[in-house]
Amino acid sequence: MIHFVVHDENDSVGVVVVEGVKAGQKLNGWIMNQDKSLDIASKSDIPIGHKLAIKPLGNGDTVIKYGVDIGKTIAPIAVGEHTHVHNLRTKRW
Amino acid sequence: MDLAKSTFWGYKRENGRVGVRNHVVILPVDDLSCAAAQAVENNIKGTLAIPHPYGRLQFGADLELHFRTLIGAGSNPNVAAVVVICIEEGWAKKVADGIAATGKPVAWFGIEQHGDHDTIMRASKKAKEFVQWASELRREERPLKDLWISTKCGESDTTSGCGSNPTVGNAFDKLYPHGVTLAFGETTELTGGEHLVAARCRNDEVRKKFMYMFDRYQQVVEAHKTSDLRDSQPTKGNIEGGLTTIEEKALGNIEKIGHKCMVDGVLDKAETPTGPGLWFMDSSSAAAEMVTLVAAAGYTVHFFPTGQGNVIGNPILPVIKLCANPRTVRTMSEHIDVDVSGLLRREMTPDQAGDQLLECMFRTANGRLTAAEALGHREFVLTRLYESA
Repeated sequence: MIHFVVHDENDSVGVVVVEGVKAGQKLNGWIMNQDKSLDIASKSDIPIGHKLAIKPLGNGDTVIKYGVDIGKTIAPIAVGEHTHVHNLRTKRW
Repeated sequence: MDLAKSTFWGYKRENGRVGVRNHVVILPVDDLSCAAAQAVENNIKGTLAIPHPYGRLQFGADLELHFRTLIGAGSNPNVAAVVVICIEEGWAKKVADGIAATGKPVAWFGIEQHGDHDTIMRASKKAKEFVQWASELRREERPLKDLWISTKCGESDTTSGCGSNPTVGNAFDKLYPHGVTLAFGETTELTGGEHLVAARCRNDEVRKKFMYMFDRYQQVVEAHKTSDLRDSQPTKGNIEGGLTTIEEKALGNIEKIGHKCMVDGVLDKAETPTGPGLWFMDSSSAAAEMVTLVAAAGYTVHFFPTGQGNVIGNPILPVIKLCANPRTVRTMSEHIDVDVSGLLRREMTPDQAGDQLLECMFRTANGRLTAAEALGHREFVLTRLYESA
């Protein structure tokens, strides 16, 4: 069963694609571009569609998804942690 | 799917364009004429009124866009004939003349000096004549290239970027070599991925025009914003669905234009393309506004991927909804035409998902009602550029 998908292996985040992911749960990931697997333990409860970090991120780091810059962190984010508006912001506007 | 020999059954119009619906439209030019238009629709079964709230004291480019959108909607090949109603005769005639250039039957009526009763009676007589005439028109077999397909996504979430938008991209990549006329838009919703679209432009001239429209829209945002648009773009629904920044939303959005199509040209709002290929239309990212603009440009089938579950339809342009979010597919199944949630379970390949969408496209073109049509979604929303005089 796939719990999260990642567009590209160079991305910093993946997307949870099942409902009810809980902190501490072992998650199976699928890296779509390279067709590889990746297993990560969730550090947060994460709703379907929301992101988790698959690489450790420091405060102010650029976050990569689809192989492209999608904004910067406003707090450090550990691998497996929920990544959303509380710790990631746009660089535009 | 062998698209080289694929055909569909459509209505060939007087100007050579081919429609997939056969509407007789009662078109109000302004807010004041909606009541009469809807009364005619009620009187004459099988007609379709398109009420909207604008058309008074607009001027300049905003007024030109108003006329272009109304004339374009009436000219769309999904429309067989049109009855135009306006408070003033002059503008009724202006819109009717614009539509009549296609060769289709058009009649116009002004309300002033007559009142609603007399106008409704005269317009109803004409509408009855048109609807009986249109009901005898027959579909004929037409080549795939006669279809014009537009796309715009809505209530997107992260599953749009992994599932439903790449499905549209797969279908666009398959349609493009067969001379189909395609469109995408949503100018602000390319923010963060504008360099990717620019790189796909056919030549420097197209690229320059695209970047001009992109930069112009950025200036509109800069001039009017009071925050980083955190509650508007992405929307509350996008954020609920897991999208965090405009850049992330844009990159998912751009998946809709596939990987092989080039951007062959750039259109102003509601402007009709002049040839096949993929066209970028400068447009709002608000669902009903954008879909109304491509309907006015002459597109005849629309692909609408959603994540959290946008319910939009359009009166004249059939809107096919596809979704990859398993929760939305479960909770809002009546709105979804193509379920591609299997993509995220790895039970379906992007190629299979694209083929499913194309199959639904052919069925829709041949006459099957979309979910939005069956549910009565007829959102017709005119884009305004600035205040009325």
